[in-house]
Amino acid sequence: MIEKVPPKNLERTVAVIGNPNTGKSTLFTALTGVHSQIGNYPGVTVEKKLGWFEFEGQSIRLVDLPGTYSLSPRTIDEMVSVDVLLGRQPEVGQIDAVVCIVDASNLERNLYVVSQVLDLGLPTLLVLNMWDVAQERGIQINTEELAKRLGMPVIPCEAHRRKQIDLVRSAIVQASHSPKPNPPDIFPELFHEEGRKLQAEFLQFSNQTLPTYLVERLILDVGGQLEMELTKPNPEQLITRLKEARERLKVAQFRVPNIEAKLRYGWSRQILSGAMSVPEKRPAVVTDTLDRWLTHKFWGLLAFCLAMFIVFQSISWAAQPLMKICESGQKQVGEMIGSLLPFGPLRSLVVDGVIAGVGGILVFLPQICFLFLFIALLEDCGYMARAAFLMDKLMTKVGLSGKSFVPLMSSFACAIPGIMATRTIENRRDRMVTILIAPLMSCSARAPVYWLMVAAFFPSISWAGGWITLHGIMLFVMTFFGAIVAVPIAWLLKKTLFKGETPPFVMELPSYKIPSPRIVLHRVFDRASAFVMRAGTLILATSILIWSVSYFPSDHSEEQKVLENIRLTESMLASELEQKEQLSLEREKIGQTPPLDSKAIAEVDEKIAELDTRLQPLHLLFDTRNKISEQLLANSFLGRFGKAIEPVVKPLGWDWRIGVGVLASFPAREVIVATLGTIYSLGGDVDENSQGLQTALQSATWPDGRPVYSIPVAMSIMVFFALCAQCASTLMVIRRETNHWGWGVFTFAYMTTLAYIGAWIAYVVTGWLLAS
Amino acid sequence: MKLHELKVDQRALIVEVSGDDGIAIRLMEMGLTDGEEIRLIGFAPLGDPIEFLVRGYRLSLRKTEAERVEVTALVDSKL
Repeated sequence: MIEKVPPKNLERTVAVIGNPNTGKSTLFTALTGVHSQIGNYPGVTVEKKLGWFEFEGQSIRLVDLPGTYSLSPRTIDEMVSVDVLLGRQPEVGQIDAVVCIVDASNLERNLYVVSQVLDLGLPTLLVLNMWDVAQERGIQINTEELAKRLGMPVIPCEAHRRKQIDLVRSAIVQASHSPKPNPPDIFPELFHEEGRKLQAEFLQFSNQTLPTYLVERLILDVGGQLEMELTKPNPEQLITRLKEARERLKVAQFRVPNIEAKLRYGWSRQILSGAMSVPEKRPAVVTDTLDRWLTHKFWGLLAFCLAMFIVFQSISWAAQPLMKICESGQKQVGEMIGSLLPFGPLRSLVVDGVIAGVGGILVFLPQICFLFLFIALLEDCGYMARAAFLMDKLMTKVGLSGKSFVPLMSSFACAIPGIMATRTIENRRDRMVTILIAPLMSCSARAPVYWLMVAAFFPSISWAGGWITLHGIMLFVMTFFGAIVAVPIAWLLKKTLFKGETPPFVMELPSYKIPSPRIVLHRVFDRASAFVMRAGTLILATSILIWSVSYFPSDHSEEQKVLENIRLTESMLASELEQKEQLSLEREKIGQTPPLDSKAIAEVDEKIAELDTRLQPLHLLFDTRNKISEQLLANSFLGRFGKAIEPVVKPLGWDWRIGVGVLASFPAREVIVATLGTIYSLGGDVDENSQGLQTALQSATWPDGRPVYSIPVAMSIMVFFALCAQCASTLMVIRRETNHWGWGVFTFAYMTTLAYIGAWIAYVVTGWLLAS
Repeated sequence: MKLHELKVDQRALIVEVSGDDGIAIRLMEMGLTDGEEIRLIGFAPLGDPIEFLVRGYRLSLRKTEAERVEVTALVDSKL
C-alpha cells in the first residue's frame, strides 16, 4: 500500500465522476500523483480509489468514482457512486464538491450525467478534457458562456499532456468552499410533488427519511436497484404507491422511464445551443480513417490477429530472457545465502521456503508486467473497444461479450493480468464468469508439465518431412484443451450462478489517441505492485507451508552430514569441476557447428570421462544425497499424506509419488517437475528437458513391477494440470478482484473437481483406445 | 422500420425505443431519444454488432438491441 498523506485540518473531500473514456483516471493521476490508495467498498466489486493533493494550503481528498454514462443505479455496484455522492458511504463520508470530467468532443452526451449530478445540489465544476480532440473535430466551445449557463466553473484541459492541471486544482479548492447551488429545473413541478408524496409515504411505512434525490430516482428508475432494495422490506404498499405515482405522471404526459432521457437531453442541447458550434459536415479525422481499416471485414480481423500475435511473440522474445535471469538470480541468491548459513532447518527454510517462494513470484513478474504493458497500451490508445467490437459475436456464443476476449486471451500467457484486465467489463455477471474461467486458459506455467510428459511418453513420430510431429500436435491440443473445456463451463455458470438478463452491449467507440507513456507505465506499475504486495505475502505463506510439511517431521541429520561432505569435496575438487565445466561448454560448441570434427569430439569426450573418474567421489555423494532426499520427502508429512491419499488418485492411474507432486505444486504448478525430480532421486534442480527425469519416469514401477507411467497416465496427468487450479497467485488475485475469499475457494474447488474427473476420463478413454 | 434494418451510411430519425427494461433505459441514456437523427456506419466483421453515429459520437449496438429502436429512414440519403 502506498503511504497515505496525513490529512490536514479541515481536509475537503471531492468526488470525481464522468463517462467512461473521458480520461478520468488520467486526470486523477495527474492531480494526485503517487498519493493514492486503492481498496474495495464492502460487499461489492467496485474499486475504491482515493487520492490526496494539497493546493494553496488546502488539502483535498479526491474520490475517484467508476466511469458511468448515468447516475441511475441498476445494480449494487452502480449504487456505490450514488451513495458516495450523497454522503451515505461511511468509508468516504460527506462530499464537499464534485468534479465532472467530460469529453469536450462529445459534450452533448457527456452533459447527461452532469445534469444528474447537478440534481444532487453539490458545488460542481466541469472539466472539459480532450480539448485537443474537440479542436481537431472543428468543435468550438465558448467556455465562459457555458460556465454562465451552467452556473459553475468550466475548465478546458488536456489531462493527457498535463495541461491546465493547476487551474483544475485551484478550481477544486474553490469549489470545495462554495455554497450549495440550486439544481437546474429540468423536471416539472408535478414530478417533484409526487416525489414529496412518496417520501412522506415512505417515512410512514419504514420510519426512515429517504433523501429527495433517492425518492425521485425511485420513481424514475423502473426496475432499478432502489426499487429492488426499498420494496423488499415492505413490498405490497410501496410497490402499489410507486405504481400509482408513475401512473398519475403518465396521465400528465410524464411517462417514466422515457421522459428522463428526453428532458435531460433537451436540457443539454439547450445549454449547448449557441455556446458550442459543431461543423455541419463531420471532418474526416484520423480515427474514422483508421477504423475503416481496423473494423473492416477482412483487414480488421487480420490486424487483430496480427496484434495478438505480436503481443505473444514479444512476450516470449522479451520476457523469457528476463525470466531466465530471475531464475538464475534466485539460484545464485539461494547459494550465496545458503553458504552463509549452517546446514539445518533454518537454512532449508530460507533457501527452499522463502527464496524459492519469492523466486516463484518474481519469475513470472517480467511476463506479467509485459502483459500489463500491452493491456494498458491497448486500453489507452482506444483499441480495446475495437477488440470487443470485433470479437463480440464470437463471445456471445458462450454468453459473454466481446469485452471478455482480451482478458481471456492474455490468460493464455498468464491468468493474473487476464483477471486484472476484467475491470473494463462493467457488467458484474460477465466479469465474474470471465474471472472464473480465465484460469482454465493454458498459461505458460503448464508448458513444462506438458513437455515433460509428451517427451517422455509419446513416440517421436513426424510427418510431412518433419514439419508436423506427434509431440507438436500433442502440445497444441493440450494448449487449447482448457479453452475448449471453458466453453461449457462459462455456459453453465451463466445458466446457474450468474443468470439474469443479457446485459446491454451498448458501447462507445472512443477516438484513437497516442498512448501517453507516463499513464501507461503508471498503470503497469500500479498493477504489478498490487500483485506483488497483495498476493505476494500470501503466496509466500503458502510456499512456506508447503516447505514445512515436506521438511518435517523427518530427521535431517544424515542429509546434513552428506551436504557438508559435498561442500568439502567440492572445494577439494574445485579445479576439476571448473575444468569440466569449460570442457562441457567446448563440447557443446564443437558438437553443434558443422562440419562435425569427430576426432576433436572424441578427444574432448575422453578428457571429460577422465575428469569424471576423478570426480567420482562427488558423484557418489550426490547419489547418496538424492536417495536421502527422496527418503526424507517420502517420510515427511507431505509424503505420508500422499501415501494416505493413494487410493484417491489410483483411479487416475497415479501412484503416491505423483500424488505428492500434485500436492507440492499447489503454490505453482510448474513445481511438479522439481518435486518429481526429488522423488525419483535426481535432486530438485532438474527441468522438463532433463533426460534423467524422463528416463526415471519411464522406468518407475508399482510394487508389483508394472510400470507406473504409460501413455494413459501421461494423458491423465496432462489433463489434470490443464484443468486444475494449482496456482496460489491466481487464487489470491481472484480473491482481490472479487473482493471475497469465497470466489478463490470456489475456483479452486470447481477446477480441482473438474481436473480430477477430466483426468479420470482421460485415463480410462486413452487406455481403452490403446487396447482396442 | 427497425434500426438494424438500415443500410450502411443510411440516415434515419428515431421514433421510439420500445420497452422500459435496463436495455431500453441504457439506449435512451446514450441519447437514442425520439426525433433524434442516427446513421448506420457499418457492421462488425462477423455481422454483429453494428456501429452507429448519433449525437456526434460513435456507438456500437448489438442487432438485438438495435431491434428495439423504431426509426423512419430519411429519403435524402440513398448514397
